[in-house]
Amino acid sequence: MNKTRWVRHGWRCSGESVMSEVSAQSVLAHLFQMGKVPKKKRSVADKVRKAKTSFEIKNNPFEVKINRKKFDVLGRKSKHDVGLPGVSRSKANNKRKETLLKEYKQKGRSSKFIDKRFGEYDTQMAPEDKILKRFALERQRVHDKKDLYNLNEDEELTHYGQSLAEMEKFNDAVDSDDESEEKGLLSAELTASHFGGGGLLRKKTGGQQDGEETHRAKSRQELIDELIQKSKQEKRERQVRKEESQELTEKLDQEWKSIQALLVKKTPKCDRAEEEKPKLEQYDMMVRELVFDMKAQPSEKLKTPEELAREEREKLQKLESDRLRRMMGEEVEESSQSQSHISADDLHDGFILDKDDEKTLSYQDGKWNIEEEADKDKTEEDDEEEGHSGEVEDGDAGEEEEEEEEDDNADEEGRRRRRRGSRRPAMMKKMVTLTWSPSKKATTEERKETSAQPSLSKEEIKAQQEAAKAELPYTFTAPESYSDLKDLLQGHTPDNQRLIVARTQKSNHASLAVGNKLKLQKMFGFLLEYIGELATRSPPELVAVDKLIPELYSMCQMFPEAACKAMQSIFEDAGHTMEEVLEVKGHVPFPALDMLVYLKVTGLLFPTSDFRHPVTTPALLYISQALTKCPVRSLQDVTSGLVLCCLGVEYVTFSKRFLPELINFLAGTLHLAVKDKTSLGYTVVPPFRPTGKCSDLLVLSDSESCASWTKKSLPLSATRHLELRSERDRDHHRLTCVSTCLDLVKRCCLLYKDLPSFTCIFRPIRTLLSEHLSAQTLPELLQELRGEILESIGGAAVTRCRLVLEKKKPIPLKLLTPKIVEVLDYGKKRGCNREEREKERLKHKYKKEFKGALREIRKDTRFLAREKLTEVMDRDSERKRKVRELFGSLATQEGEWKALKRMKSK
Amino acid sequence: MLTCDTVHVSFILYVILQSEKEKDVVNAVNACSKLFSTLLEKKDLFLGKLPTGEEEEAFIGLSAEEKYRLFMRQRYSSCVEMLLEHLDHELYSVKESALCCLMKFAEGEGRHPLEDLDWSEHYSFPRELLQGVVDRLLSRTTENSMLISRFQEFLEMEDVRYYVMSSIRENVGKVLAKNKGVGEPFMFNNVFSLMSNISIPSQESGLTNFMIKQEGESCLLSEHKRAFEKMWLGFLKYKLPSNMYKKILVILHDSILPHMSKPTLMIDFLTAAYDVGGAISLLALNGLFVLIHQHNLDYPDFYKKLYNLLEPSVFHVKYRARFFHLANLFLSSSHLPLYLVAAFAKRLARLALTAPPTALLIVLPFICNLIRRHPSCRVLVHKPKSVEDPYLMEEEDPAQCRALESSLWEIKTLQSHYHPDVAKAAGSINTPLSGLEDDISELLEKTTYELMERDLKQTRKTVPLEFETATQLLKGGGDVLGQHFCLG
Repeated sequence: MNKTRWVRHGWRCSGESVMSEVSAQSVLAHLFQMGKVPKKKRSVADKVRKAKTSFEIKNNPFEVKINRKKFDVLGRKSKHDVGLPGVSRSKANNKRKETLLKEYKQKGRSSKFIDKRFGEYDTQMAPEDKILKRFALERQRVHDKKDLYNLNEDEELTHYGQSLAEMEKFNDAVDSDDESEEKGLLSAELTASHFGGGGLLRKKTGGQQDGEETHRAKSRQELIDELIQKSKQEKRERQVRKEESQELTEKLDQEWKSIQALLVKKTPKCDRAEEEKPKLEQYDMMVRELVFDMKAQPSEKLKTPEELAREEREKLQKLESDRLRRMMGEEVEESSQSQSHISADDLHDGFILDKDDEKTLSYQDGKWNIEEEADKDKTEEDDEEEGHSGEVEDGDAGEEEEEEEEDDNADEEGRRRRRRGSRRPAMMKKMVTLTWSPSKKATTEERKETSAQPSLSKEEIKAQQEAAKAELPYTFTAPESYSDLKDLLQGHTPDNQRLIVARTQKSNHASLAVGNKLKLQKMFGFLLEYIGELATRSPPELVAVDKLIPELYSMCQMFPEAACKAMQSIFEDAGHTMEEVLEVKGHVPFPALDMLVYLKVTGLLFPTSDFRHPVTTPALLYISQALTKCPVRSLQDVTSGLVLCCLGVEYVTFSKRFLPELINFLAGTLHLAVKDKTSLGYTVVPPFRPTGKCSDLLVLSDSESCASWTKKSLPLSATRHLELRSERDRDHHRLTCVSTCLDLVKRCCLLYKDLPSFTCIFRPIRTLLSEHLSAQTLPELLQELRGEILESIGGAAVTRCRLVLEKKKPIPLKLLTPKIVEVLDYGKKRGCNREEREKERLKHKYKKEFKGALREIRKDTRFLAREKLTEVMDRDSERKRKVRELFGSLATQEGEWKALKRMKSK
Repeated sequence: MLTCDTVHVSFILYVILQSEKEKDVVNAVNACSKLFSTLLEKKDLFLGKLPTGEEEEAFIGLSAEEKYRLFMRQRYSSCVEMLLEHLDHELYSVKESALCCLMKFAEGEGRHPLEDLDWSEHYSFPRELLQGVVDRLLSRTTENSMLISRFQEFLEMEDVRYYVMSSIRENVGKVLAKNKGVGEPFMFNNVFSLMSNISIPSQESGLTNFMIKQEGESCLLSEHKRAFEKMWLGFLKYKLPSNMYKKILVILHDSILPHMSKPTLMIDFLTAAYDVGGAISLLALNGLFVLIHQHNLDYPDFYKKLYNLLEPSVFHVKYRARFFHLANLFLSSSHLPLYLVAAFAKRLARLALTAPPTALLIVLPFICNLIRRHPSCRVLVHKPKSVEDPYLMEEEDPAQCRALESSLWEIKTLQSHYHPDVAKAAGSINTPLSGLEDDISELLEKTTYELMERDLKQTRKTVPLEFETATQLLKGGGDVLGQHFCLG
C-alpha cells in the first residue's frame, strides 16, 4: 500500500515547477527535522522484508515476478527468469537513502561533518579488520611524526619471544647499516625526562619563539650534542668489541681445522673437493666428447635373396598394375617410370649405373658372396675408365661387355618369368629364387634354359669382340647431324655399330656435361632415322637394326619425352603422306619396310596396352589405316599385310582390344585363297573385292606343291621383293602366307573369345573355312589349324550377357524443409572486420549505459521528490498538531476561564 | 592501197597459220583476229551465202569491189576453218588463242551478220560457227578440260550459253547415234566437263549479260531451262560408264536439278541409278532426296532399299560422309515405324563390327541419335530378358529382320575397341542417353590423320614406357612377328 502511494507521489513531483518549489521549502524545513525523518520513513514493506529471511521471500509468490520467455531455448540457462522486484526496490531505496538523501540534506550548508575514520562507510570490511587497520594507521602516523628525532625508540622486534637484535649477534656477518639501530639509547622517556616532552621539541620547528626560549634552547642544543657524541662513542666501542670477538672466532676456526686433520685420518672435506675438481672436468669433457662423437649409423639390413626377389616382384607388380590402370583408361601420375632403383644421389638426369651396381650385399646359402662383389668392382672400374678416359689398353672390356649382355638377358628372362608368375603365384617363387641367385652357377643354368641365346661359344665371341675392339676408339663425339651419325656407323659390322652407339652414349652421358642431354636426345632421333634407312636399303640390313634395339631402348628409357617426340614426328609424316596420297588416288600402297620396323620398334619401346598413349594410339591407327586402304595387288602386298596383322595382334595381345581391321584383313586374305568364288556366303570388306583381278592371289596353281611344302618363317624383306622363280616356290610362299594367316586367326579367336559378338565377328571366317577352304587340298598342318579354329569358333559358348542400362541414381524430389544453416552471430549483422566489431560493441555498451544512467537519474529524482513531499507533509502535520495543541490549550484555558466565570457567577 | 594490202596480208596470214612454230601461229591468230574483226566491222565481207563451186566461177560477173569482198569472205571462211582445226592443236596456247579469236569472230558476226537478215531475229546469232567450236571442244580424241574451263568465260554470256546448250545436244545426239550409243571416254569427259560448267541464273532478271543484243526465245529463262533440260536428258539417255554416272550423280542435286524446268523428268534416271547398287545407289540418294522433298515424289520401298544399301562397303567408300548425312536426314522423321528404326540401328551396329574408327565415330552417335529420336527403341539397349540374337542379317525386308527382338551387343563389343574415342563413344549406351542429340555433321568429314593428330599434338608430361627390356627386333609383344618372320 505504502509503495503505491510513494510511486504516485513520485509521478506528481516529476513536474519541474513542483520540483523547484519543493526543493526550496525542503531546504528550510530540513534544519530541524533531519534527525528524525529517515527513521520514520522506513516503509512497512521494508520492515517486513527485513524481518523475513531471503528464503521466505523467494518462496513468496507475491514477491516473485516471473519473466515470461518468448522462446524456450533448450540448454540455455537464463539468469533473469525470476525477479524479486520488492527486494531490489528496497535495496535501491536503501542505497539512495544512504547517499542521495544525505547529499540532499547537506545541500546548501557551508559546514558539514566528514567522517574520516578509516573504512567507516566500507560495508565490506569486517569490524575487526576495520579496528585493526585503524590502529595500524594511528601507529603509523605517530611513528612518522616522531621519526625525525627518534634515535632508538623502536620497540624491539622479536622472534619467538627473543629479540631479533640479540639473535643477530650470533651471525658472523656484520651489517654495516645497523647504525640506526645503535642510536637507540636516546629513548623517548629519556628525552622526556630531560626536556619535558617531545611536544616541545616538535613545536620548536615552528616560527615564533621568545628570547627566553631561544636561550634555553641553546643550552639544550648543547646538551643534545653532548648526548649524541656520547652515544656515538659508545657505539664505536661496541663495534670494536664486536669485531674483536669475530676475529677471535675466526682464528679459532682456523686452528681447529689444522687440528682436525690430525685428529681424523679421513682427508678433510674441503681438500677432497679441491682435488676432485679437475677430475670432474675431465669426466665432463669426456662425456661431452662422447655426446658429440659420431655414433655408429644403423646400416641397412643385409638382404637375403628371398627378400631381394620379393622386392623385385613387388616392383614388377606395381608396374604391372600401372599398366593395367592405363589400359582401363585411368590417368596415372608419375608412377610409371620403369627405372628400377633410384638412389639418394640420383640427380634425376636419367643416369643409371650399370646393372651390376644394383646388386646389394647378399647371402647365398649362408655364405657372403664376397668374391662376386670383388669381381664386379673390378669390372666397374674398368668400365669407368673405358667410359671416361679411354686410356686403358685392350683389357677385358669386351668380356665384360659380353658378360653384361648375358646378365641383361638373364634379367630379362627372369622378369618375364616373374611377370607371368604374378598370375600364377605358386610357380613363381621357385623361378624367382632360381633367376635371382647371383652365383655363377645359377646364371649358367639359366643360360642353358634359354634356347634363344646365341649358340657361339664364349671363346669365339671373345676373340671376335677383341678383334673388333682393336679397331674401335673408346670415345666418340655425339653426332651433330644425321650425316654425322651415318659417317660414324658406316662400314662397321652390326655388333660394332651397337658398340659405337653404346660408347657414344657413355662418353656423352648427360651427367658429364651440360649440353650432353640435348645431344643424346638428338642422337635418338638420328638413330631412328638411321634404322629407317637401314630398313629401306636393298637388301635391308635388319641385323644391324636388331643390334641397335637395346641401345634404342636404353636411350628411350633415359629420355622418354624426346623419344616420344621423335616417334610421333615419324608417324605424323607417315600419316600425312598417306592421307595426301589417299585424297589424290583413293588408295595407297602398303607401307614400306621402314615403317613396319618403326611400328615394331614402337611396340618395343612403348606400352601398347594403354587406353590412350601419345605414340601407340597413332601407331595403331596407322596400322588400321594401312589395313583398310591399301589394296592387295601382289604377293608382296599380302606379306606386308600379314606383317601388319602380326603387329596388330602384338599390339592388342595384352589389352585384348578389338581391332576390326585385323579380322577384316585376315578374312580377306583367306578369301584370296578361295578358288571358287561363285557363291560366297559372306561379304568381304574393302580393300578386298569379291571378284576381279588380284582376287586369286593365294590360290594354288598346282595342288601337288602342298606335299613338298614345309612351314618356315618368311624374311621381312619379302614385303618388298620376292625371288620366286618357279611356280612351285610361288605356291610355297602362298601356303606360308595362308598358314601365317590361319595362325593369326587362331590367336584372334583366343583373344576375342570373350567379346559378346564373337560369333558375329568370326562368322565370315567360319564360312570361309568350313565351306570354301575345306574343299581344297591343304597341307596337313593347315588342315589341323583350320580344325582348331573352327572348333574354337564353334565352341565359343553363345553366352550373351544381357544388355541392361546402368541404374541411374534417382533424382530426389524437391524438398521443402528449410535448410538449416548454423548462425554463428545472432541479431544484427556485425561489422566484418575486428575494428568495426569493436566499435559496434562500444556503441552498444554506451547505449546500454546511457539508458541505465537515465533510468537511475529518473529514479533519483523520483526519490528526491518523494522525500520532499514527505518533508512537507510532515511539516504540515506538525504545524497542525501544534495548532491543535495551541487550540487545545487555549480551549482548556477558555474552559477554565469559563468554569471560573461560571463558578464566579454561581 | 588498203584493199591490196589486206589481200596480201590475208594470204600471208593463211600461210603462217599453217606454220609449225607455236609462236608464229599464235601471232598469226592474233593478227587474223584483228584483221577480220575490222573487216567485219566495216562490212567489207561478202554478205549472204557463199556460192558453191570453183572460186573462179564465183567471181564472174562481179565488180571489183564485190570481187574483193567475196575474196575476203572466202579468206575469212578458210581462216575460220584453219582456226577450228587449231582447236585440236597439241599446244594449249595455240588452242586458247584460236578459241578466243573464234569467239571474237562470233561476236563480230553477231553484230554484223554475214547472212542476210531474215525475218527471224533468231538467226542473228552465228550458230554455225558456235556449232563448229563446240564440236571441236567435245573432241573424241583429246582431253579438253583446260580449254573448256577457258571457254567457261564465254559461257557467262546468256546467249552464248543458250546456243552452246543446243549445240551440245545436237553434237551428242549426232555422235552417239552414229556410234550406237557407245562413246569414247574422252568424249564423255569433255561433254561432262562442258555441261557441268553450264549454270543458269535462278531469276529472270539475272539474264543480262548478252554477247549480242538479243530478243526472242533466248531471252527467256524458261527457254534456257528447257534447253538445259534437253541437253542433260539427251546426254543421260545413253549408256554411260560407271565413273561418269558417279560424277553426274555427285553434281546432280546441286547444279542440275535446280536448273531444270521439270526436275521430275529425272526420276527415271535416278531410280535406275538407285537400283544399280553400291556407290552409285548411294549417290543417287541425294537426287532422290531432292525430288522427294521438293517435288513430291512418292517412292515405294524407299526405306527398304536404303536398308539394303547398308553393307560393309558403306564405311569404306569415298562418299561415306554424304551418305550418312542423307541417312541422318531420312531417318530424322519421327513418324517412322519402330521396327524400321530398330532394323536400321541393328544393321548399322552389326556393320560397325567391320568399320574403321573414323566411320565408327559417325555410326555410334548415329545409332544413339536414332534411339533418342525413338525412345521406344530403348529396348535395343535395355532388355533384361533375352540372351539369344534373333536378328537376321540376310533378311532384306526390315520388317522381317526381327531387330526389335535383339539387342545391340555389337556396341557392347565395341566398348573394347582399340581406339579410345570409339571405346568411349560406345560406352555411352551403358548409361541412359541424354536428351540432346549428338551433332554428327562435324564428325562426317573426319579423317584418320586428324584422329592421329589428336594424339600426336597432345603433349603429356610423362610418357609411359614399356618396362620389359627390349633386346631384339622380333621379340616382345607375344612374339607373334618373331614366330612368322625372320630378319634378312
